[in-house]
Amino acid sequence: MPDNLVDPSAASVSASADTLIEIDGVGKTYTGQDGEHIVALQDTDLKIGRGEFVSIVGPSGCGKSTLLSLVAGLLETSKGAIRIDGVKVDGPYTDLGFAFQSDLLLDWHTVLRNVLLQCDMRGLDRRLHEARARELIASVGLDGFEDKRPFELSGGMRQRVALCRALLLDPPMLLMDEPFGALDALTREQMQVDLLAMWQESQKTVLFVTHSISEAVFLSDRIIVMTPRPGKVCEIIDIDIDRPRDLNARDTAEFGAIVHRIRILFQEMGVIHT
Amino acid sequence: MAKRAWLPKAGGWHVDAFWMLLSLLIILGLWEAIVAVFGFPAHLLPRPWAVAISLMTHWEVIADNSYHTIIAVLAGYVLAIVFAIPLAILIVLSPQAERLLYPPLVATQSIPKIALAPLFIVWFGFGVETKISVAFLICFFPIVVDTIVGLRSIDPALIQLARSMGAPPLRVFLKLRLPGALPSMFGGLKVASALAVVGALTGEYIASDAGLGYILLSASGEMNTSLLFGVLIVLSVLAMVFFYAIEILEKLLIPWHVSQRSHAQ
Repeated sequence: MPDNLVDPSAASVSASADTLIEIDGVGKTYTGQDGEHIVALQDTDLKIGRGEFVSIVGPSGCGKSTLLSLVAGLLETSKGAIRIDGVKVDGPYTDLGFAFQSDLLLDWHTVLRNVLLQCDMRGLDRRLHEARARELIASVGLDGFEDKRPFELSGGMRQRVALCRALLLDPPMLLMDEPFGALDALTREQMQVDLLAMWQESQKTVLFVTHSISEAVFLSDRIIVMTPRPGKVCEIIDIDIDRPRDLNARDTAEFGAIVHRIRILFQEMGVIHT
Repeated sequence: MAKRAWLPKAGGWHVDAFWMLLSLLIILGLWEAIVAVFGFPAHLLPRPWAVAISLMTHWEVIADNSYHTIIAVLAGYVLAIVFAIPLAILIVLSPQAERLLYPPLVATQSIPKIALAPLFIVWFGFGVETKISVAFLICFFPIVVDTIVGLRSIDPALIQLARSMGAPPLRVFLKLRLPGALPSMFGGLKVASALAVVGALTGEYIASDAGLGYILLSASGEMNTSLLFGVLIVLSVLAMVFFYAIEILEKLLIPWHVSQRSHAQ
């Protein structure tokens, strides 16, 4: 085993100093339409530290999205338990921001009202949060677009609005399910840089699901590599590239070596064929 | 472009009015020409002018009977909305309700509505109830189906997002599902608006002593073709006004939808 591939149990110990999310022996089994059992996720143990940026990479159907839904309490675990701040997740955990591949903006609301959807859904007074919403919209370079409708925006702009919506109530934790997956390559790189800058400043805990190995390496403190279905943790890889990172970090030998190592893992699992 | 300076410039209601008037004039011109060239007798194809005169002489009768038809159309339509939308909501929210109610709904749809009219005569007689029933039945199904399609079209991820914000199911339904279903619902409402007129007229043909359908039958019996044409024109104007009223409501309620954007910009 190469020396900087960290054993999962050892990583757990190192992160336990200030653990925010604890995933303890978690498995998830669905019952299919014909009554057969589909194991989406099995025997997953993870500890995610406060302020850590953790990415989950793996082939389609490996349970990455399932894991996010379990952490958010939107699905019930079939086995094991998830604890956030030491409290067992039981039902939707709402002190977080969620971002999906689809921006999920409501066509019938303006940009501002879309960001304020948090208030509508939580039964909060929109007026109390409007200033913060405007501030966020300006901070992602969309000032002047507050009263536009989503269809007047490009894909990248829409995803920025979705990010503002996730950040409105300043949650300590962000769950991101391939948020940049539908964007073109250039917009995607810009979004990665902007997300890093936001994270650097706020030190939120981020759990980031992606298909892109290089995206995961560029953004993360740690990468969790998942096996194909039934999904479980294959390797946990620490990324020691200096922060703050800029796009030039992608051109270093260190970066290339980590990307290469993860790709080899996928080849060994038979996910990528050469 | 300079050669077409007499055409109104794009934008504004008067452009629509211009084209509408132009097509109307062309139709009337063709009509007049056909009668003149082929020399049809008045009881087969009256001249536009004769129709206009007939409309003016009979306007009181036409207005009075229009009222009966309009009442039947609107009552059938509103009743259909009142029953169809809650039924669609029930079917979408409850799998049990879907299994229980959807098959009989499809089964009743397969019966031609006109075939039921004699039954309604037995039940309701020759009054307005028979007309309303036919109109109701004929526009019920498209409203149910399009509302179901609209309510089902919500992105499951959006429901996940809402739940991650702690939204209770009722709030998800009222603030996300229902507004998202409006474009599809209006599709059904527009189809039903045309069908409601068909339904009311059918009712008037078979069992009525009032309404535009009744006048059409009487005029036909008397070979009063110019009155027939006059009533047909009034009917199509009424149906158009009804349809556009729904469309205006649609524009007011869902100005954000794809189908409305070319008008909005």
